[in-house]
Amino acid sequence: AEVEETLKRIQAHKGVIATMVINAEGIPIRTTLDNSTTVQYAGLLHQLTTKARSTVRDIDPQNDLTFLRIRSKKHEIMVAPDKEYLLIVIQNPCE
Amino acid sequence: MEIVHIYTRKRSEFGRPCSFSDRPAEVCVDIQPNPSLAECFVLRSPVDAHVQHSSDMSEHEVNTERVEVETRGVNHVEGGWPKDINPQEMEQTIRFRKKVEKEENYVNTIMHLGTLMEHCVKQNNAINIYEEYFGEEEMAEVEDEPPSAKTINVIRDPNITKRTAAHLSWHPDRCKKLAVAYSSLEFQQNMKGMSFDSYIWDLENPNKPELVLKPSSPLVSLEYNPKDSHILVGGCYNGQIAYWDTRKGRLPVEVSTVEVSHRDPVYGAIWLQSKTGTECFSASTDGQVLWWDIRKLSEPTEMLVLDINRQGLLENALGAITLEFEPTMPTKFMVGTEQGIVIACNRKAKTPPEKIASTYSGHHGPVYALARNPFYPKIFLTVGDWTARIWSEETKESPIMWTKYHLSYLTDGCWSTVRPAVFFTTKMDGTLDVWDFLFKQNDPFLSLKVCDEPLSSLRLQDNGCIVGCGSKLGTVTLLEISSGLCTLQRNEKNLANAMFERETKREKILEARHREMRLKERAKSEGQDMEMEEMQEESPEEAFSRAQKEFFEVIEAELQRRARAEAQHLPGKVKKQAEEEAVLQGAESELPKYEEEDEEKDA
Repeated sequence: AEVEETLKRIQAHKGVIATMVINAEGIPIRTTLDNSTTVQYAGLLHQLTTKARSTVRDIDPQNDLTFLRIRSKKHEIMVAPDKEYLLIVIQNPCE
Repeated sequence: MEIVHIYTRKRSEFGRPCSFSDRPAEVCVDIQPNPSLAECFVLRSPVDAHVQHSSDMSEHEVNTERVEVETRGVNHVEGGWPKDINPQEMEQTIRFRKKVEKEENYVNTIMHLGTLMEHCVKQNNAINIYEEYFGEEEMAEVEDEPPSAKTINVIRDPNITKRTAAHLSWHPDRCKKLAVAYSSLEFQQNMKGMSFDSYIWDLENPNKPELVLKPSSPLVSLEYNPKDSHILVGGCYNGQIAYWDTRKGRLPVEVSTVEVSHRDPVYGAIWLQSKTGTECFSASTDGQVLWWDIRKLSEPTEMLVLDINRQGLLENALGAITLEFEPTMPTKFMVGTEQGIVIACNRKAKTPPEKIASTYSGHHGPVYALARNPFYPKIFLTVGDWTARIWSEETKESPIMWTKYHLSYLTDGCWSTVRPAVFFTTKMDGTLDVWDFLFKQNDPFLSLKVCDEPLSSLRLQDNGCIVGCGSKLGTVTLLEISSGLCTLQRNEKNLANAMFERETKREKILEARHREMRLKERAKSEGQDMEMEEMQEESPEEAFSRAQKEFFEVIEAELQRRARAEAQHLPGKVKKQAEEEAVLQGAESELPKYEEEDEEKDA
């Protein structure tokens, strides 16, 4: 229930296009987009997050990845990683 | 020849114990030396043997085995589902998802991640954190370096008797080659051993000229053909014109015949803009300007005598020292003379006297350099005597701007090809001056002592960064000027244009004023002729009254013009009457005159 609330709140923010929750195997648990797009995002971002995390840890083993932001021309993809799950939000930053 | 010794033993005798016995030495084979073979050998003396006292080193190469790295990507297509769930079936997936959502771990994680994410989302909404600040202002960093120039190369005349580097010409395409004309410009100073050669230097190799040009008499000017970079035209000391093809070697391909050439050294030779690319013209101190087609150098195609009285007399002609031609204005060209006068000529005029369009006199001595501003072709620079002057084509009486008088003679000058208000001059004391007229007009922007002997010629490379100076002893120094002097500053074109226009206007006003004064003088002298008994001398009151009268005349003319515009009758007659009266009446008191004019106006 709180989960619902949190996710709904995030989705309601200005500029947010989509929200997704992915598990460690890349299975979308919760998503606001259609399935095919979600699956695409899930697969690609999962790999990228793993790579980013390993990069951070290679440089400093005590360090860990807390947040990943990918800003592109059209929108910004924000990934909040965890050991088991991945929270992905796609937002259109207003400029 | 193989020497073989065979020792045989029967198989049955193998294994027998050995009994050794002593035996004297026995000669098995005796090969005598063959004297005939000895003849084939050559005694070698001395024999060299080398000894080295050092540690033995050896070189080894080691190569590790290559590690093959391969990057592979996997496109995640709905994999990852546990084995028992079929991804296509909606029910199973939904059930799986619901199960996951109920886990406590999930809830905690999402709460945590949710707050984190919200923070970032809000951040994005608040400000654009990737905004580029100060994006447009990046250009302001450039101006702080002081102007400087550094010598990048020095090319010396390889002959023993040094000659002056009289003229430089850059290769039109790549600017990596420089053609230098060497001659001795002192009057009748040709020494016996002086070579006549001129060279083409490649900048990569300043020690040895790339090509030697052998004319029949030393070259005073040399120019690359801008259309065909293999062809060069050279003007000789004895007045002939020769042209070379660098593919054909060191002798000129053709030389003009002596009878029809110039009688004095050819100081200026420039290529013309033509379809065939083979036309050039030359000028010399004998007062002639000759046009040539290099395919037929036996006679010039056209001739012009620089007689400013427009009579075509060679005796009155002025000797030409420099020649100037701008490809954008193909029918006009300018000649700088020994007498300090610049003559602007029009090639397409119908009769030879009309070819001389206008003259500009201003220098006390020969005009050594003449150059049009590449950005504003109406403005040109002349260098001669102790100053450099900038002229506008419209004002013929005096230059619009000039430098102060220097201590030594100025020998050459040219505009910068990149910045409209920058030009270079060389002096007899071996200094190169860079002037920036927008910045400072009293002193050169940068003054460099290039060498101890006088500098005789100057040429700027087309990109504006490298300048070559030739000196009296034949040394050509290449300098690279700092980037501040060869990059166009912001707004510089507009500022330079405004400056030139302002100065031109000032000169025009001055000229108009002079002209007016002269007209008045002439009118006064005419008035004197008609009424000679009056006005033998001009008293101050008369001068005052005359000035006042003139002043009122001008106002009157203006008023009448306005009245005419309103009334629109008696066109011009009223004004003309007033003017005539003003001229003929001489010095009368102005008051009745003014009343008269008043009456005329009312009429």
